[in-house]
Parts: sequence; structure tokens; C-alpha cells
Amino acid sequence: MIDMKARIIVTPKKAVLDPQGKTVQNALEHMGYQGVGAVHVGKYLEIDLPGADKEAWRKQIDDACHKILSNPVIEDYRFEIE
Amino acid sequence: MNFAVLQFPASNCDQDALHVVKDVLGQSARFVWHKENSLAGIDAVIIPGGFSYGDYLRTGAIARFSPIMEAVQAFAAHGGAVLGICNGFQILCEAGLLPGALIRNRSLQFRCESVFLKTTGQDSPFTNKIPNGKIMRLPIAHGEGCYFADETTLEKLKVNGQILWQYADAQGELTPSSNPNGSLWNIAGIRNEAGNVAGLMPHPERASEAILGGADGRLIFESLIFWLENKMARAA
Repeated sequence: MIDMKARIIVTPKKAVLDPQGKTVQNALEHMGYQGVGAVHVGKYLEIDLPGADKEAWRKQIDDACHKILSNPVIEDYRFEIE
Repeated sequence: MNFAVLQFPASNCDQDALHVVKDVLGQSARFVWHKENSLAGIDAVIIPGGFSYGDYLRTGAIARFSPIMEAVQAFAAHGGAVLGICNGFQILCEAGLLPGALIRNRSLQFRCESVFLKTTGQDSPFTNKIPNGKIMRLPIAHGEGCYFADETTLEKLKVNGQILWQYADAQGELTPSSNPNGSLWNIAGIRNEAGNVAGLMPHPERASEAILGGADGRLIFESLIFWLENKMARAA
């Protein structure tokens, strides 16, 4: 029995307005971090997964990401399980 | 007509919505808790405003999986009228009953003020009592009301006449300064393709009596009642 973790990152799609990211970018520039590019503020989720069947969890996590953990209209997601 | 006003944990405009349809407009109305799974005998569903499930994850994201929402999906698929107000609009978008999504206001501020709304299309269940050219004044109170959809979806909304309400100035012009949240095309409310499901960010239930400073919101509920009565007459 190896317990695993899914680490999920959800980010706003490129075409979606990201006022939070823009505000953070402005703040960074204002603080003297000159030359920083676009900032995107997203979400990070960790899910504890019992057992060792990585492939089975991969399918389930992908399904959950699509259905509830992200909104495909406005967000992209990626994840790893280890 | 029999109205259902859904209640989720942290709904907070449910009492106002029920008050308007029941006490102000004389309809039969009852609360339906989100754990229920039947809408038997209901003619129209109102999903009220609030912060269902604390807005955790995304606004409306968790409420959309409550048991009652399966009944709402079936109800809507059979042509039942569903109106989502504020958080109710967000829930309908998350549920896929309306296209697009509501995201953080462009200003990053929670906006609580009155806005002017231009109505397009007087033939929907939600707008038929709104006089042509009427500019309604309704309150808003939200932090995540910026309507977003991709270009293809926006074009489709326009072509199908699905954009019901847009933020405007007092003269009905769709100016950037009259847009409180950065919504694309100043969109404040839309309907689905079939026409029986609509959502809007402003609060008609908070402006349906003169004592509250305005009664323009009544027009939306009166439209819905008129449409339901006609539908019933046609079925008889």
C-alpha cells in the first residue's frame, strides 16, 4: 500500500480576463521587479489518494477536474499523481 | 402559479424572492431545500442569490451538484421556466443550463449599487411585460458578475436573441462606464436557446415595491407569470 497525492493546478484560460494577475503584475513592477511578464493567478489543490493504482486514479482525477475542480469554459487544468 | 424558490446553504435572497412572488404578486410559492429531489407540481423555479457553499472553489460550482439540481435539469429539459438571480445565474452557468461563466469583477471590487438595464427582445418568458425601450433600474451586489464566453458563444447569443439584459446608461447606451463588472458586451442577463431558462446578475426581487425605491423588478416576475398563464391556457 503506497499512499499517493494528486497535485492539481488550475489556471485561467489565456482568453479570459485575469484582473488578479494583472494587479499582481503591476504590484511586482511597482516594487522594482522590472521586466516581469504576464502573471496568472490560479488554484492549487492536493488530494490524498489511498492505494497504489495510479492509472485508475488518473482517470478519476481527470474526470473530477473536468466536472467540478475546474470550469472548462474559463479554466485549464493539469495534474500529476505521485 | 406554483413557484419553487430553491434554498442552498448560504442562499440569502430566498426570502425576498418568495415574498415578491407570494405577497406582492399573489402567487403560490414555497421553498425547496437543495437536498430534495422533486419539483412535482411546480410551474416555475427561482434560484435565488446568495453565496451557496461559501462560493468555495468557484461561485455555484458545488451547488450545481446538489440533489435538487438534477430535478432542475429535467424540469428545464421539459420546457419548465427557470430564473436564476445573481448566485442563481452563476449556478445555472456552472450547471451548463446557460452558456458562459461569471468571473471576478474586472475592478476586483464587490459592487453594491443600482444600475440601468437595457432589455432586448420582448418575446421571452422573462421580458414580455417590459415595455419596448424601457430602461430598468435594478440593484446589483456581487463580486463575481463579469460575464465571459468565447467569441463563438457570444455571436450565437446575439444571433439567437439570447442576450436579454445589458448594462446601460440612463439613456440606454451601452457605455463602458455603465458596466459595473467588466462583462463582455455589457451582458447582465441571458436566456438559453430554447428560451425557458434565464439568469441575470441584478436583483429584481429587491426592486419590486415602491417602498424599496423602485419597482422595475416586478416587470420580470410579471412577464414570467403572464407567460405561465398563457402556457397553461394553451395546454387546456
